[in-house]
Amino acid sequence: MSFINYASREINCKIVYYGPGLCGKTTNLQFVYQKTAPESKGKMISLATETERTLFFDFLPLALGEIRGFKTRFHLYTVPGQVFYDASRKLILKGVDGVVFVVDSQEERMDANFESLENLRENLIEQGYDLDKLPFVIQYNKRDLPNLISVEELRRELNLTHVPDFEACASTGEGVFETLKAVAKLILIDLKKGKQ
Amino acid sequence: MSNPLMVMYDEEFKQINAVMDKLLREANSKVIFLVDKNGQLISGVGETERFDTTSLASLTAGNIAATGGLAKLIGEKEFSILFHEGEKDNLHISIVAGRVILVVLFDTRSSLGLVRLRVKKASEELTAIFDRLMQKAEEKEKSGETDFPFAEITDDDIDNLFS
Repeated sequence: MSFINYASREINCKIVYYGPGLCGKTTNLQFVYQKTAPESKGKMISLATETERTLFFDFLPLALGEIRGFKTRFHLYTVPGQVFYDASRKLILKGVDGVVFVVDSQEERMDANFESLENLRENLIEQGYDLDKLPFVIQYNKRDLPNLISVEELRRELNLTHVPDFEACASTGEGVFETLKAVAKLILIDLKKGKQ
Repeated sequence: MSNPLMVMYDEEFKQINAVMDKLLREANSKVIFLVDKNGQLISGVGETERFDTTSLASLTAGNIAATGGLAKLIGEKEFSILFHEGEKDNLHISIVAGRVILVVLFDTRSSLGLVRLRVKKASEELTAIFDRLMQKAEEKEKSGETDFPFAEITDDDIDNLFS
């Protein structure tokens, strides 16, 4: 649910990075944080365990610039990927405007990808959303690692609705901004459509 | 979509700030924030410059969401008031009109009792303003009034953001 403030001429949108445990959601946000000019970003918050596994969420506020005199701000969130944190994942999806699903491209993580994508769909339904109607992009992450599944196969198995998808290596930053731009763009287009 | 777009207009924004300013004085508090349940800051009064307001808003909403989850687990609808006690500063967090969060930060110059009392009064006033705001947004949508800034944007406008 975007928030339009006519008084301060701002529009705020929420993007959630979803995906199985250790797929690189937090790494995506960390890269965006490192590469963004200080004036465009706020503090990055990570609620993580001592072993740096996300416990509740990571949060990064970004200011993209102005459209028609309105400041556009995007709030980036990640969910905890581990299966047993499902209650927390549901909470973070509340009020979401766009979703990035981060795929772990390694062969041994394919089941985890399926499970997480299914979990995303179910949790969205519980909040009253339909994944097929939300701004949604997929990122095939960890393309630098051995034991990879081909992009064609990942696309065939996971991107059934043909949403925009990107290859990435979040640790070096490859594909990170392309993914973010794509989902931000879809959200803005959605806002435009929604009110016409 | 399950949630309508949240919209804030100048008129209501001023009214909300007036209520918050009054609460700030009457409760002897240091700073007061109003946050959307999704973690977006609506307004802040008092010593706001001392705080990272964006992070504060996001964590407050996370906190309310988590305690709301706990409430449901034990069969409650929600916990409408949270209180965090620190060595010097304390936080009083409450849900207003079922959809926004009022955060009051206060120290020893005030007390929990006083804050609770004043927050209750201010919540009633804020609820009335938010009800009007919702009604106004609905009416505007029904009448097809388009002061919506994004209806006219072009693909170029969007592309320019990323150039």
